[in-house]
Amino acid sequence: MFDLTGKNALVTGASGGIGGEIAKALYAAGATVALSGTREEPLKALAAELGARAHVLPCNLSDAEAVTALPKQAIEAMGSLDILVNNAGITRDNLFMRMSDDEWQSVIDVNLTSTFRLCKGALRGMMKSRWGRIINISSIVGATGNPGQGNYAASKAGMVGMSKSLAYEVASRGITVNCVAPGFIATAMTDKLNDEQKGKINDQIPAARMGTPEEIAAAVLYLAAPEAGYVTGATLHVNGGMAMI
Amino acid sequence: MSDIADRVKKIVVEHLDVEEDKVTENASFIDDLGADSLDTVELVMAFEEEFGIEIPDDAAETIQTFGDAVGFITKAS
Repeated sequence: MFDLTGKNALVTGASGGIGGEIAKALYAAGATVALSGTREEPLKALAAELGARAHVLPCNLSDAEAVTALPKQAIEAMGSLDILVNNAGITRDNLFMRMSDDEWQSVIDVNLTSTFRLCKGALRGMMKSRWGRIINISSIVGATGNPGQGNYAASKAGMVGMSKSLAYEVASRGITVNCVAPGFIATAMTDKLNDEQKGKINDQIPAARMGTPEEIAAAVLYLAAPEAGYVTGATLHVNGGMAMI
Repeated sequence: MSDIADRVKKIVVEHLDVEEDKVTENASFIDDLGADSLDTVELVMAFEEEFGIEIPDDAAETIQTFGDAVGFITKAS
C-alpha cells in the first residue's frame, strides 16, 4: 500500500520539522524527492541522509521569479513533477490592532501566493500525464482562528478555498488537490509560541499531547498515494481532536 | 489546406475526439466541438508544444475557433 515508486515529488519548507518528515515519508515510499527551502545546509544534510533519489533546490518563496522557476527546476532535476507538497510557511504574529501592512503582506505572499504560483507551475505536466497530487499544508488556525495570527490564519484559510476551487477544475484530469491541517505540532515554529499560548492550546487537545511531524507526514503520504485518487478538495485535520471539523 | 491547418486539425481531432469534417474554419471549440474551458487550455498547451511557440494568456483567450487557432499560429510561427 502507498507505493510511490516512479513518482517525483517537490516538497517546500523541507528544511523545517514537518517538511523534512514529509520528504522522508515520500522517499521511503519510493518517490524521488526535490527538497526546497531557504536554508541550503539543512536541505543538503537531509538529502545526504535520504540518498540518491533526493535533490536539493533552494528557493526563497518571497521572490516571485524564484517561485515561478522552482517547478521547472524540479522537472529538470527529476524528469517530471507528479506530487507537489506546499508545506513552507512563515509566521509574523502580532495583535490585529498592531499588525503592519508588511507583517500582513509577507505572510500572505509566502504562505498563499507562493502556493498559488507553485500549483500553477506544476499543473501543466500533471494535466498532460493525467495524474497529479497537490497537497497543501494548511493549519487548524485557518479554520478556528487564533489571536495574534490574523495574517497566518487568513493565509491558511485562503489555501483551503484555493485548493477546493482548483480541485474542481482539475478533478477530471486525474489530479487531486487536498489540504492537511495540522493542529499543535512540536516543531521550531510552535516553539515560538509563549508558555501561556502553549498552555491554553494544550488544555484544549483531547489527545492531551502535541502531535509529531511524522503524524503529519503520514497524512500527506496517504493523500499522495494512488489509493487516495477519489479524495479531492478535502482538508484532512490532524489535530488530536482539538477541533473536530 | 496549409500544413499548419493540418497539424492544428490533427491536435483538435485527437484531443476532443471529434470527426475531422466537423473541424471547420468557424467551428467553435466550446460551442461546436464539445470542449470545456479546461480543454481549451489543454489545446493551447498542445499548440505551444507542436509549434514551439509561446501563447500568452491574453492571446489564448482570443482563440475560440479552429480558424482563430490557425490564424494565430500562422502569424506567430
